Amino acid sequence: MPAVSTIPTVTLLGPQRLQPTVREAVAAAHVEGCLATITAGWEEREDEDQELSEHLVDCENLRLFQRGERVFAKDPELFDAVRGRYDALREIQELYRIRLTAMLDAVRALFARNARLPSPRIQPEIVDALKAVAALDEQHEQRVRDVQQAFEDRWKLAQRESVAKEREEITSIVRRHGGVAVAGGHVLVLLNRMRLFDLAPLLRERPVIAWSAGAMVLTDRVVLFHDSPPQGRGYAEVLEPGLSLVPGVVVLPHARRRLLLDDGQRVQLLARRFHPGRCVALDEHSGVVWDGDELHPQPGTRRLHVDGRVAAMEAP
Amino acid sequence: MSLAIETFLETSPVDKAAVDAFVAAHEFPLVEGSRVTFVYRGEADSVLLQHWIYGLESARPFKRVEGTNLWHLVVEIPEGSRVEYKFVVERGQRRELIRDPLNPHLAHDPYGSNSVAAGEGYERPDWTLPDPEARPGSLERRLIRSEALGEVRPIQVYVPARFRSTRRYPLLVVHDGADYLRFSSLQTVLDNLIHRLEIPPLVVALTTSTNRLYEYADDERHARFVVDELLPLMTSAYPLVDKAEARALMGASFGAVAALSTAWRHQGVFGNLLLQSGSFAFTDIGQNKRGPLFEPVVEFVNALRKAPGRPADKLFVSCGVYESLIYENRSLVPLLQHAGMAVRFVESRDGHNWENWRDRLREGLSWLFPGPLWMVYE
Repeated sequence: MPAVSTIPTVTLLGPQRLQPTVREAVAAAHVEGCLATITAGWEEREDEDQELSEHLVDCENLRLFQRGERVFAKDPELFDAVRGRYDALREIQELYRIRLTAMLDAVRALFARNARLPSPRIQPEIVDALKAVAALDEQHEQRVRDVQQAFEDRWKLAQRESVAKEREEITSIVRRHGGVAVAGGHVLVLLNRMRLFDLAPLLRERPVIAWSAGAMVLTDRVVLFHDSPPQGRGYAEVLEPGLSLVPGVVVLPHARRRLLLDDGQRVQLLARRFHPGRCVALDEHSGVVWDGDELHPQPGTRRLHVDGRVAAMEAP
Repeated sequence: MSLAIETFLETSPVDKAAVDAFVAAHEFPLVEGSRVTFVYRGEADSVLLQHWIYGLESARPFKRVEGTNLWHLVVEIPEGSRVEYKFVVERGQRRELIRDPLNPHLAHDPYGSNSVAAGEGYERPDWTLPDPEARPGSLERRLIRSEALGEVRPIQVYVPARFRSTRRYPLLVVHDGADYLRFSSLQTVLDNLIHRLEIPPLVVALTTSTNRLYEYADDERHARFVVDELLPLMTSAYPLVDKAEARALMGASFGAVAALSTAWRHQGVFGNLLLQSGSFAFTDIGQNKRGPLFEPVVEFVNALRKAPGRPADKLFVSCGVYESLIYENRSLVPLLQHAGMAVRFVESRDGHNWENWRDRLREGLSWLFPGPLWMVYE
């Protein structure tokens, strides 16, 4: 574990519903005082945080979901603009998915051929095919960034009364607390609410403990994943840039349930596609701590490797 | 590769002790690749395998191993198949239909139970088994005084876990709901698929008919019951999304006919249909050969084939390839597709039974009602 430092740590944990470790994580993060909590990913259940309160005594919920609803009710013009942005981003995601599916089909076909008819000529093709996928991921991320920047430029959220008032209150609450806990849930709703109220700079000021979707939004890039969905091929997709509190890592909550970790080819594909980002499986009792400089795994935390292995993550 | 039974028969002597040892050493039926060995022990004049695979001779005779009471039969069962069967044991004038005494795997239905042979590669899907992590929904019982049917009809309603009256839910109406609960593990399946985020939380109305073969065969009273009585009751009692795209009708066999004919008679009310092994008999020429109960069904399906209209926007249709109805179901799909409906058709190596219908629920429900799987990480 990292030494005590003046730089606030960011702790990313696996799911907390059945085997919570958040209390221990809070203690290890040296949080002074109480925690502000974010449960906006639970949407209209945001207030149902009694179980969380049992683990985090004296916490105060920032109620970002409700605040967002209040802003939209007061400011219908902004609500329409947010909806327009959502529609645009959804279309961009669909178009990206069309290209991505074809490209990943090609990668899978190359892997399959290599297994059937190994040849020294296949590996360079796989390398280039994966580079093309990585380039597509970056293009997609940039397109999303452009839409978000255009939205920010046009609507200047910091100057809109409806938003500014809420941001002020949120800032005041967060600054009264020793740290912030971010729960999981709907990753896009959570990310949008955190962006709307500009949480990222505030979170940099104090220790943060986040899990599942909460952990995903704090990284550079939010990656949606499921290897065996009931519909579709189960190709991981980049959703959006994250809030970048923890760089160089792709977190995969519920990896045990959502990924075929015994399928070396799928593991390899995911790890190579996002390399040099480290793909970390965040299951129960797993976690990593970012100390501003290095990523420290909790014991038993596993990482997906480019050679297809899933192995315990090594300390830096 | 020799089968275990062949190797065993080559040993000598094949006496009682050897048979005891052979039977004790294996699980039956014995699956070896695509060949499945059925075994019966007992005194009899003949033993037959009674199965429900359309296209194969339905009663196949076993061979007796000379000097013993061991009977055996090897059948080709393709990979991934699931076959329900019984043994016919004949002794003198007596003919008994029994379950395989050496096979503990049973499938139940309203008429009793059958033994089950799982071909290589078939595994019961894990989402059909209770998952301690899944939050359980609940069942509520209600009564509907139906003018259309002229009686009070009980229904059950599945309410998903963490139900909130401030939220709006899609509605699924299931024909033969009690049978789906009992024989297709529907409540467990709903709990699991919702827990896994593969479908959204749904409110499910489970209906039961006392006279299904008549009521489900395109009876306008049944359609009126569903649309004018059940739907208003559900809408007033539960917070439902008030759109056709958030409503589905589901059923199997004659229940699928009821679902399709209700949607056809009241187009625009239900946006989705889940039809399993529908008894969609029709005639191109000549008479219906399935018997008088099918007359109204044939009349309906023939009319539908002439003028399909748009009973729903999305349909999930499934059928086992070992059912005689596979032909009718395959014929229906292009018809619906040409009429502009989105149709997903799935065939399985299984028969006309509740476990076949259970095993297709994940694919069907998640296609009609996709859940927030990709977006939610709790």
